[in-house]
Amino acid sequence: MNAPLPAPSYARTSGAAFILKKAVISALVAALLFSLMIGVRTEAGPQGNLIYWTRFGELASIVAIVFGGSIIIELLRQWIGPAGAGRLVPPWLQDATAVAGRWLTPALLAFTFLIPVIFYNERYILDLSILVLTYVMLGWGLNVVVGLAGLLDLGYVAFYAVGAYSYALLAQSGIPYPTFISEPPFVSVDFLQLGTWAFWVLLPVSGILAAFWGVLLGFPVLRLRGDYLAIVTLAFGEIIRLVLINWQSLTGGPNGVTGIPRPSFFGIPLTPGDDGLAAKLGIEFSPTHRIVFLFYVILALALLTNWVTIRLRRLPIGRAWEALREDEVACRALGINITTTKLTAFATGAMFGGFAGAFFATRQGFISPESFTFHESALVLAIVVLGGMGSQLGVALAALAMIGGFELFRGLDQYRMLVFGFAMVLLMIWRPRGLVGHRAPTVFLEKNQAISSDLVKEGHG
Amino acid sequence: MSGPILAVDRLSMRFGGIVAVNELSFAAERRKITALIGPNGAGKTTVFNCITGFYKPTSGTIHLTHDDGSTIALERLNDFRISKQAKVARTFQNIRLFPGMTALENLMVAQHNALMRASGLTFLGLIGAPSWRQAEERAINLSTIWLRRVGLIDRADDAAGNLPYGDQRRLEIARAMCTEPALLCLDEPAAGLNARESGALSELLLSIRGEHGTSILLIEHDMSVVMEISDHVVVMDYGVKIAEGTPQHVRDDPKVIAAYLGADEQEAIAVMESGT
Repeated sequence: MNAPLPAPSYARTSGAAFILKKAVISALVAALLFSLMIGVRTEAGPQGNLIYWTRFGELASIVAIVFGGSIIIELLRQWIGPAGAGRLVPPWLQDATAVAGRWLTPALLAFTFLIPVIFYNERYILDLSILVLTYVMLGWGLNVVVGLAGLLDLGYVAFYAVGAYSYALLAQSGIPYPTFISEPPFVSVDFLQLGTWAFWVLLPVSGILAAFWGVLLGFPVLRLRGDYLAIVTLAFGEIIRLVLINWQSLTGGPNGVTGIPRPSFFGIPLTPGDDGLAAKLGIEFSPTHRIVFLFYVILALALLTNWVTIRLRRLPIGRAWEALREDEVACRALGINITTTKLTAFATGAMFGGFAGAFFATRQGFISPESFTFHESALVLAIVVLGGMGSQLGVALAALAMIGGFELFRGLDQYRMLVFGFAMVLLMIWRPRGLVGHRAPTVFLEKNQAISSDLVKEGHG
Repeated sequence: MSGPILAVDRLSMRFGGIVAVNELSFAAERRKITALIGPNGAGKTTVFNCITGFYKPTSGTIHLTHDDGSTIALERLNDFRISKQAKVARTFQNIRLFPGMTALENLMVAQHNALMRASGLTFLGLIGAPSWRQAEERAINLSTIWLRRVGLIDRADDAAGNLPYGDQRRLEIARAMCTEPALLCLDEPAAGLNARESGALSELLLSIRGEHGTSILLIEHDMSVVMEISDHVVVMDYGVKIAEGTPQHVRDDPKVIAAYLGADEQEAIAVMESGT
């Protein structure tokens, strides 16, 4: 019995019947879905009773749009062919982007350094740049965990919160240390006041505390992979937030912490007084000085994150992270301790999150649990995924697009999210592995050639 | 130091009600190639997984004796310590390279523990200390030597996932050798290779044994490779050892032929007698 082989490309060369069938199914699903969401409108009446009315006209138009849209999309798909980065991006464009990529990094860096000079009088742009840089730093920090080690972390904001609260609370109370007294209980706690140096002393402390929490999270999730890991990290993020809300005596609960000390120029406060930086330099005080200073602080922190990550990638620990993402079983066979490798990835990522959190607290002067919702975690993760996991430049570009681009569409009001979501969907179809999908090798003998994203694994947890 | 490098004694491994390996005892001689053969499902890979720490055996002992006379009980070690402390390296039946990393990077990852010490647990490496740079240089040199040995020096900077199948097999052996093992365990290294490639593989394994003094334990279905390079052959069927000895001896054993042909012993003897 020799059955004829089925036609190999049945999906692409299907005729009108297939398209129509697909459109009808889509329309049916839409009708079912929207019959309650749009077809029936309910509202509370004047006496608190339920009043409702039907909107079949709108329902019909929505179903018609889905029907028509489905046909158009199917036609487009047949015209373009199956979605795939290789097909959709012609080789000359890939070459062009590679050349542009070589010049993009220095150009972007130079431009970033000059932002406070160019936009000195534009407070809005300065503030926005600081915000973008904060997310660049968070993205780079999470990139260690997600991009390099391949551990999907949905609770990254927890470390951001730990850093922010560590700084805020310790800066207000001072660093506690034990002193010995003559009467019971013989030990009492004193607080070392840090004054104008608070930010610079507590910045590393916040990072270390966040790293500690990273290890603490790491231990229970060592055995988990993929979806399970994501769920536990998500829960961890929520736990931290709920503790912050409910531990009123320490964190002030939903009211947050106010009056967080501002950063000083290495001990010299940026205030209008006689001991302020402006008076010492003999120039007129301007509140912009502090903004510019904050800009360079976060730029330095972000570049530090970047530098450390690039260095780590070329060290055995960084290679072990990437190897872990590629194949955990092979790592074990090569004598790599999976436990410490995963924990260091969590701790390193968390530490950078903690730095960013301390910066966030000192910039805002006020923090509350509101700032550390799941939305932030999702945003940072989206930046990493959009940028191309493991790529430093891609993450920076994605942060710029996500945060800066979001501001760009402010004029669209409520449709902003819609435009944004649409742009993301398009980008993911166009470049499913992120803006910069390829991987640069950490060591080479002859030629330093990028590795196609098709080969690079995403990690299983 | 003489005496066997690996002594497996009454090793049993049960998965629920299934007995994959039953009271298996054998020894692998030092600086020799020992082959573990048997029909599919005989429990060979299970034995490998017990030796390399991926499974904890239900009962029995696995003792590894190093050249300096120190003995390590492998059944008590955690998975990664088997490679790190006991110096047992392995390859996999279905190749497990790091496909998104270059061939050179694959070999560098294999030297993780030595490099980790040299980089002062990352801190010395982070500041770029000279001692770290030298260590990295040495690691690259060792990788280069092995890339040359397996004939992949021209593809050092290519992604491992891009290499042809035979090259991937050899790269995996090179990667295992970069951990500088005392015992190299190969799980079907010739699977999927053509005749020329498996010939080259035999040469490579003989040179590893000869020049590095590494003892080799291999599972193999390709009898031409087994007969050509093995010093000692252990035959398994249904989780028990049915024969062992020199390749010549094993090849003529009716029990072995019966196991491979799926016939009982008497039939096998009849077949052999009618054939000769």
